[in-house]
Amino acid sequence: MSRKTEVFVIGGGPAGLSAAIVAAELGAETLLVDDSAKLGGQLIKQTHRFFGSSNRDAGIRGISIASKLCKDVENLKGRLTVLKNTAAVGFYSNNEVGILSQNAYERVAYQRAIVCTGATENSLAFENNDLPGVYGAGGVQTLMNVHGIRPGHKILMVGSGNIGLIVSYQLIQAGVEVVGLVEGLPTIGGYLVHASKIRRLGVPIYTSHTILQAIGETHVEGATLSRVDERFQPVPNTEFEIKCDCICLAVGLTPLIDLFQQAHCRMVHIGELGGLVPLHDSGMKTTNPDVYVAGDASGIEEATTAILGGRIAGARAYESLHGKSEKADQIVAEAKEELKTLRSGSTGERIRWGRERVLKEVGAC
Amino acid sequence: MSSLRIEAHPVLDFPTPKKVKFFFEGKEYEGYEGEPIAAALHAAGVKMLRRSPQKNRARGFFCAIGRCSSCIMEVDGEVNIMTCITPLKEGMQVKMQKGHGTIKP
Ligand SMILES: Cc1cc2nc3c(=O)[nH]c(=O)nc-3n(C[C@H](O)[C@H](O)[C@H](O)COP(=O)(O)OP(=O)(O)OC[C@H]3O[C@@H](n4cnc5c(N)ncnc54)[C@H](O)[C@@H]3O)c2cc1C
Repeated sequence: MSRKTEVFVIGGGPAGLSAAIVAAELGAETLLVDDSAKLGGQLIKQTHRFFGSSNRDAGIRGISIASKLCKDVENLKGRLTVLKNTAAVGFYSNNEVGILSQNAYERVAYQRAIVCTGATENSLAFENNDLPGVYGAGGVQTLMNVHGIRPGHKILMVGSGNIGLIVSYQLIQAGVEVVGLVEGLPTIGGYLVHASKIRRLGVPIYTSHTILQAIGETHVEGATLSRVDERFQPVPNTEFEIKCDCICLAVGLTPLIDLFQQAHCRMVHIGELGGLVPLHDSGMKTTNPDVYVAGDASGIEEATTAILGGRIAGARAYESLHGKSEKADQIVAEAKEELKTLRSGSTGERIRWGRERVLKEVGAC
Repeated sequence: MSSLRIEAHPVLDFPTPKKVKFFFEGKEYEGYEGEPIAAALHAAGVKMLRRSPQKNRARGFFCAIGRCSSCIMEVDGEVNIMTCITPLKEGMQVKMQKGHGTIKP
């Protein structure tokens, strides 16, 4: 079977949902696919109140932002088709994408594609890192916050960025003992509010430390930690063991970009944005004029910026098919203004650099 | 040790769906209908889901979203089933698959 659509959105996280909502609201026939059973991407696993722009959902829990977006999707039924449990698996050269659901494969002929696939988690090299019981933060969150099952009784968290801190707190809420938080740097990476929360709850924090080994044969029974020097090299004779039945790695995210490569979008490596990203202009259009990007796939950031990027991509994709629209222009102008505010200040500095580099490179090609 | 199922949570409500029986390596287990097979096994304390074909390393639950293939098992005679995204049904026969598994003609 095959399908046809004007705008094809891949990924149903905050970016994809927002892009699809705007494109459909403006009047484009829109199809959205997401490979999971529930729409919302990372949001469906976030029980904490979000940081971000106050007129864009800050202070609301991630799960509630997802429900809000899903309600908007629901209201657009006639114009916006949604396929869950459906993965986009390949771009063909004739503006077609292959999609795979449980047991069926179809092709989608699109005029504009907006790819919002989010990110994948980074791993860490240490002995026995493949033992059952070593998880990424995403897996832990899915098990705990979607399926209602604890990953284990005692967990060791590796990485003290916001994700490591927030997931530690979520684990404690779910009744798991966090036996320690390991960080290679001499200081905690994430926001102080999150760090002090878990410190108050008595979680031991090991800065300037790393994990050398997971202990166990068929599953994790403990871990060996050691101190590291300024060049992240383990310091001899500082090793010690810690008992735990699982280990959670929260060591960063990388944009999920294989579909852009298949679609022949030019890629650029920008460390501040998490690695390779498709080059794109301020309207979120990649170097393939029929392919747009938004959200973490365009650079690791946050839900609020993903929503705004998605709105810009949805509006511009609509315009490229139906001609100039005042309403679309207004959506883009508002989103850009909000993004500027969000990325101002010291916490937005890295992202600002990264974004500026993308725009500079686009100008150069 | 206490169960891994979350009974009370300060933010989330987990509905309690129908309990079903299933089999892992021939032994009877209980889980919730519709939850991923791997989640039901995890809740029952099963951590090793298979061994890797070449180095015989233990493999278990990992990505939870059907990407990594760490949790592939034999389900009702069919091999290479991603159990982290396959819903549990009454009476399922779940087994550790040997190596890459053989597809029955
Ligand atoms: C623990 C944690 C805490 C966070 N806290 C905050 C916070 O407080 N405030 C904030 O603003 N942000 C926060 N974030 C960040 C925020 O969740 C992400 O930046 C945001 O979800 C990115 O949105 P996205 O739509 O780009 O990607 P995602 O939310 O990752 O969604 C991508 C979707 O695409 C689907 N997909 C991927 N590939 C395919 C394919 N080939 N076919 C079909 N579907 C596909 C995925 O399954 C997923 O549903 C947090 C993140 C984490 C992990």
